Amino acid sequence: MAWEVVIGLEIHAQLATKSKIFSGASTAYGADPNTQACAVDLALPGVLPVLNEGVVEMAAKFGLAIGATVASRSVFARKNYFYPDLPKGYQISQFELPIVGKGQLNIEFDGEEKTIGITRAHLEEDAGKSLHEDFQGSTGIDLNRAGTPLLEIVSEPDMRSSKEAVAYMKKIHSLVRYLDICDGNMQEGSFRCDANVSVRPVGQEEFGTRAELKNLNSFRFVERAINLEVERQIDVIESGGKVVQETRLYDADKNETRSMRSKEEANDYRYFPDPDLLPLIIEPEFLEQVKAKLPELPDEKKQRFMQEYGLSLYDAAVLTSNRELAGFFEETVKLSGSDAKLCVNWVMGDLSALLNKENLDITESKVSAPQFAAMLHRISDNTISGKIAKTVFEAMWAGEGDADKIIEQKGLKQVTDSGAIEKLIDDVIANNPKQLEQYRAGKEKLFGFFVGQVMKISKGKANPAQLNELLKNKLS
Amino acid sequence: MSLLKEEVEKIAHLARISLNEQDIPAYTRNLSDIFAFVEQMNNVDTADIIPMAHPLDATARLRADIVSETNQRDHFQSIAPQVEAGLYLVPKVIE
Repeated sequence: MAWEVVIGLEIHAQLATKSKIFSGASTAYGADPNTQACAVDLALPGVLPVLNEGVVEMAAKFGLAIGATVASRSVFARKNYFYPDLPKGYQISQFELPIVGKGQLNIEFDGEEKTIGITRAHLEEDAGKSLHEDFQGSTGIDLNRAGTPLLEIVSEPDMRSSKEAVAYMKKIHSLVRYLDICDGNMQEGSFRCDANVSVRPVGQEEFGTRAELKNLNSFRFVERAINLEVERQIDVIESGGKVVQETRLYDADKNETRSMRSKEEANDYRYFPDPDLLPLIIEPEFLEQVKAKLPELPDEKKQRFMQEYGLSLYDAAVLTSNRELAGFFEETVKLSGSDAKLCVNWVMGDLSALLNKENLDITESKVSAPQFAAMLHRISDNTISGKIAKTVFEAMWAGEGDADKIIEQKGLKQVTDSGAIEKLIDDVIANNPKQLEQYRAGKEKLFGFFVGQVMKISKGKANPAQLNELLKNKLS
Repeated sequence: MSLLKEEVEKIAHLARISLNEQDIPAYTRNLSDIFAFVEQMNNVDTADIIPMAHPLDATARLRADIVSETNQRDHFQSIAPQVEAGLYLVPKVIE
């Protein structure tokens, strides 16, 4: 039987505020345990939460960016459960009236675009961290993270494969970073995801029973965990069983998902409006101000790159997936005065390869955009060939200086003097009489041999176009 | 509407309240009375009424995004039953 996979994602993005959602404690990552957990975060008696304006602005930015309605009135609710990383006994969240309503987002997938619906996005506070390993018979609790603002972004069940789910997650990741509302650091848990996964026979209308996969904190894990879960569900059904609705944990070390049975009561959260917090009212003027501050968004930038620079959908999508990378590319094009195609090839080719190899982000590139542009300019003005440029670029990366300095010091300047090139050609022809004879007898393949020989004695510096031209004349 | 004994026990468990066996009938009665009252309210036509989120007719005041709290860990931990390496220790809760 052929199966269709149905996936919806819940993404938790930590909002990049300085202070917590309901208290004035710092949200900085990596501080000593409990040094950033104040009376409100610890739920000491008598404290009251006060909402952070920065949180509201960031959520509104996100809502505007996905074309959603930002609610003029939203309400905070208590989600009740007992766990020591949440000392109040409830998490402040939003339930019936979230801050961001229905929106949508385009993803690029296999060279095509697809629209994914976003059901809602709501604000809530993060919990603390539990450390189970180091304390005999006890659990250690660090409440620094408790009260860190989260935006939970809930998608429609619109994705049909793990790859689509990853494409969507990457798109949200890119968007929140464009908007400067989340640092997107997945190692530090600033951006994480739960996946609702079900399968149904192809052609069937209603959805199958879904399982919720927790603990997915990398793009690779999302893809792997979904694939495993899909296989598991198909196995269960094909061997006559039934999928049960449950929460499953992905274990990256064992590469398996397993049931979290102990949480059978977890869904009895008894939400009710939090009496400590008044309804949040967002005035149209506030939204106008937020709108005015929105940067150019990935999709707008992508369209502009395709039009302005004639890039393919793929190139434009990759470049604009990261705001800094897009900025690097544009700066390079402007400063180098070169063809955009040359720039895109170099940014996506040699530059990206070295960044990947050394596991660096574009902001950590060892060659700056102005330096990079100066080198590309030397390709466009025929000072060096594309091949020699690779040598120059590698030397720049190794910290040997700017392009011009390296070209000068290493004597890499392209030979464009026709007389000089002709002289080289004459030498090569004189030294290879047999090949010349064969060539003139019709073995035209040998043209490449002569090009290679001239390049070799010129140490790659002969201008390729001129060389071809001159060589053709000489051989005929 | 009358609650079952098991439902009362479940509600008590969710709230982490321990009940004496002999008190359960009384709680069952009281809670059932509350439900009866809710049911009575359910009969009121509320179609055009915006659900009340708060008894006060006021809206949220916001605070600026500024770090205003200093580290007072020692102070807070002086009343904690058990601490180690800066962490609050609680009975083991791993599943």
